[in-house]
Amino acid sequence: MVDNAPKLSVRNLSVRYGDKQALNGISLDVFPNEIFGIIGPANSGKTSFLRALNRMEEFDANMTVEGDILFEGQDITAIRNVYALRRKVGVVFPLPVGLPMSIYENVAFAPKLAGIKKKAELDEIVERCLIRAALWDEVKDRLDALGSLLSGGQQQRLTIARALSQNPELLLLDEFSIAVDPVTTMRIEDVLKELKEEITIVLVTNLVQQARRLADRTAFFLESELIETAETEELFSGVVKDQRTRDYVEGRFG
Amino acid sequence: MSLFARTGLDEHNRRVEWLVRTLFLLMTVLLIIPVALIMGILIQRGAPALSWGFLTEVPTNGMTAGGIFTALIGTVWIVAVALLASVPIGVAAAVYLSEYAPDNWLTRAINLAIINLAGVPSIVHALFGLGAFVVFFGFGRSILAASLTLAVMTLPIVIVATRESLQAVPHAFREACWNMGATRWQTIRRVVLPNSISGILTGVILEVSRTAGETAPIMFTGAAAFLPFLPQGVLDQTMAMSLHLYVVSTQVPDVPDALPFGVALVLISMVLVMNATSIAFRIYLRNKRKW
Repeated sequence: MVDNAPKLSVRNLSVRYGDKQALNGISLDVFPNEIFGIIGPANSGKTSFLRALNRMEEFDANMTVEGDILFEGQDITAIRNVYALRRKVGVVFPLPVGLPMSIYENVAFAPKLAGIKKKAELDEIVERCLIRAALWDEVKDRLDALGSLLSGGQQQRLTIARALSQNPELLLLDEFSIAVDPVTTMRIEDVLKELKEEITIVLVTNLVQQARRLADRTAFFLESELIETAETEELFSGVVKDQRTRDYVEGRFG
Repeated sequence: MSLFARTGLDEHNRRVEWLVRTLFLLMTVLLIIPVALIMGILIQRGAPALSWGFLTEVPTNGMTAGGIFTALIGTVWIVAVALLASVPIGVAAAVYLSEYAPDNWLTRAINLAIINLAGVPSIVHALFGLGAFVVFFGFGRSILAASLTLAVMTLPIVIVATRESLQAVPHAFREACWNMGATRWQTIRRVVLPNSISGILTGVILEVSRTAGETAPIMFTGAAAFLPFLPQGVLDQTMAMSLHLYVVSTQVPDVPDALPFGVALVLISMVLVMNATSIAFRIYLRNKRKW
């Protein structure tokens, strides 16, 4: 699987919010069509990593990013058209955010931004993305209902459908199962395994076992540092370089 | 002794509780009395003056008879022109301050200036309007000068109402849009504004009632004590309800007793209707919440 060029190459990445160091000089590679897991306790810099990938510092005057992030070899910290970057990168937040518009409009929003106007084309995208996110059967008869009034689990799948509607090459998931029941979580996990065939996924999770079920490789973040990156199987079978990783994975702290 | 017997401390707390509650109730009643009195007296003494002709006829006999038609229409003109000036400027400024402006000393200074603008006495606004719009810009005493003076005075209402309703839209919605590659403007247009429009309208209606009632700012800038005809354009002078009330109450001899009360009743009814609309909007907004 890791025989081709990396989709994402991060070198010496640091993120700060004001004086507070959130991420300290981390380097890693994410390869095409893999699920790359990131585990670590709260405040270890996982979310800051995802935010940096999508150039969110543009919207947060307090946030500074240093280092290189190469997306297919191109440095994204240098590109000026951040909107094109964000369209290639889908993001799913910890808490589901159904936009205050209809279910249909939620999913058609990104395609419309990308300039798609034909109704038939939009219909097709909406149906395909909702099916992929395992939500279609529950909402197909009420696409006009408000997306922000769905249940938490449904909103999270709507968020995933919306991320997919961008036709992303890279999907970033930030602790997506926090507000979702276990059954829905398993359904979404199945969806992610299928999606891996087409796109690259970075999965931040605070559920160590979720990383084990899904991720091909997993990185362990601790106190703003990247402790190590390893094949998920190795990480969980105890082949780790650092004692702290073993302790975390086995639930001795965190 | 029973398990829940009342102790001396409980007795004391109960008496304090009763005292505090009664005191606060008294203050509330005290607050309602002047409002009720004003409305009661206005209706009792002003109602005899009211008739369809009162609203549709021009003042006659040195303003001691006839109706208030010219003043009523004049107030509509002044309010409309003031809104045309202040709503676009106020809403645009609020959108900038809330959605674009970085949080630095300049932004904070501007916010402070807006709050201060709201605290400037209306007579100061009146003199500013006289100097700036009547004399310097050469609009003369006109609807335009009067309306612009009122627009400057009421801008803080629009800005604060707009900014607050924009900020009531959860930040997560904006982040979700930005993450999909939407620009700030696309986010504002598709998500933020549609969900704050009712709040903005509420602010605008509050501004209308304030604008309709002000007297000092229009006295020197465009409102006339008496004109026998309606304004033909924004550069004409006009009569206005608030100034008319002032004039018939204090400046004209031999006015029938009911007339000033009738004028006041119409003016206050206009404002009340506006405020009621504003409250209805707020209720509508609360019931239509989308998250």
